[in-house]
Amino acid sequence: MFDDLRDLYQEVILDHGRRPRNFRRLEDADRTARGDNPMCGDRLELFLKLAPDGSIADAAFQGRGCAISTASASLLTETVKGKSAEQAHALSDHFRALAMTGACPDCGEALSEEMERLQPLSGVHEFPSRVKCATLAWHTLNAALDGVKEASSE
Amino acid sequence: MSFDVARIRRDFPILQRKIRGKPLVFLDSGASAQKPRQVIEAMVHCMEERYANVHRGAYFLSEAATEAYEAARGAVARFIHAGDPREVIFTGNSTAAINLVAHSWGRGVLRPGQAVLISEMEHHANLVPWQMLRDEGRGIELRVARVTDAGELDLEDVAAKLADGKVGLVAITHMSNVLGTVTPAERLVQMAHAAGAKILFDGSQAAVHRPVDMQALGADFYAFTGHKLYGPTGIGVLWARLEHQERMPPFMGGGDMISMVTIDRVEWAPPPAKFEAGTPPIVEAVGLHAAIDYVSVIGMPAIEAHERRLVDHAMRRLSDIEGLDLLGRAQDRGGVFAFSLDKAHAHDLATLLDRAGIAVRAGRHCAEPLHARFGVEGGTVRASFGLYTTEGEVDYLAEALTKAREFFA
Ligand SMILES: Cc1ncc(COP(=O)(O)O)c(C=O)c1O
Repeated sequence: MFDDLRDLYQEVILDHGRRPRNFRRLEDADRTARGDNPMCGDRLELFLKLAPDGSIADAAFQGRGCAISTASASLLTETVKGKSAEQAHALSDHFRALAMTGACPDCGEALSEEMERLQPLSGVHEFPSRVKCATLAWHTLNAALDGVKEASSE
Repeated sequence: MSFDVARIRRDFPILQRKIRGKPLVFLDSGASAQKPRQVIEAMVHCMEERYANVHRGAYFLSEAATEAYEAARGAVARFIHAGDPREVIFTGNSTAAINLVAHSWGRGVLRPGQAVLISEMEHHANLVPWQMLRDEGRGIELRVARVTDAGELDLEDVAAKLADGKVGLVAITHMSNVLGTVTPAERLVQMAHAAGAKILFDGSQAAVHRPVDMQALGADFYAFTGHKLYGPTGIGVLWARLEHQERMPPFMGGGDMISMVTIDRVEWAPPPAKFEAGTPPIVEAVGLHAAIDYVSVIGMPAIEAHERRLVDHAMRRLSDIEGLDLLGRAQDRGGVFAFSLDKAHAHDLATLLDRAGIAVRAGRHCAEPLHARFGVEGGTVRASFGLYTTEGEVDYLAEALTKAREFFA
């Protein structure tokens, strides 16, 4: 009945959805932001710990959401670790292109390894009502990096 | 006449469609119902043969359109057993109907120190207009009657909140769009009137699923919306007693709602025209008329009986699904089922069901306070029935939910 759904709900996504990585508060976070999807009530809080050079030393999140938004946040915390703010912003832009169109022709080589890890979420572009689930954490990342407290996927 | 669901389904062109290669199983009629060919054709015919603006031109087409528009008012009046067609005000939808009461009656007739009593199970359409009225600093209070764990209106709480005689208006749903609960309308009318309050029903869901009778009910206002009644979008109804309409100042000013205008002075047109400023939804009124004719030929009691069988069937099938948590188990209920399934998120579930061709709604269904009341943080999936829904579709939903549970296990 649901066979063709494996494009969207790949094993990686189901796994990260069930057992999100870095799912905790960072008590000593330097940056935090909340993300809110008012349409479905999904909500998350993202924590970033910065290194002296301003790069992301640690990332974690808490909240509740669907499998796609949870998996996306989980993969985000894994892929942004060690990145500079600039790289993290770039990754966020690339990811949003991937989620909305299924591809990122302008992504280049710079973050290709990270993009490879995020590839399983590309299937969401075929489900317009679900794209916001995948991008919520990334909007929240931008907000945290820019020192804004609230992000919305609306 | 026996209820022939297969024949009824053939009247709805969209039900013949395939979605992603699978037959459409449309279980979102509570949000908006599909349209029978009869409605579609009536609207096309109106635009092809007898369309012009109403109440304006002394020429054949305008007179024909006016006649059709007023005939729709008459059809609505008969459908809900109004005492007089003038009690029927056409609006854009239920939301506009309730806002009309809040603006006009709420601001013109309610006095400082009085209260509006709603319930925890209101759709935002019957909540936000009253919050806006409360927050205007007119000294109008908003009271909220509780809902029991079974999803029924807590009548003791209603009585307690009416007891001091300060409630000027009770505004309550006739059927919840989340819990499916049908409220005891006659009883509520008695309680409200005994406490000196007027009463408005949000009949958006109820009027679609069972016969409603304004004369038997004895309420003051009743609102419903055309698109849930197999009619078009863009038209709704406020039924309001003439004595209330007389006391209500107009809500919007413009053409069609005045009887005389000079630059210094205006005189309002008599009800209901005084509440229908501007060009009304003419084609939509014709469509609503056709929808009312359509359900009336089948018969609202027959539709109610069919849906009652479906509800019983769905209660059995859904109760069998492990991990399924149904919101509300009221004794008197209609074909609306909101639920969660284990830890599966409502949106994931809806996406899965969509792939099986099943259209359901996920979220909080414009009833956030109600979801909070039941401790549901995210949202629920809602399956809602129409007169074309079959037991086979309910079985297919149950089967899909069982498989979905495995998928997310
Ligand atoms: C109980 C209830 N009230 C009000 C509404 C609002 O109807 P409309 O959007 O047509 O104004 C709805 C439907 O969405 C409803 O289910």
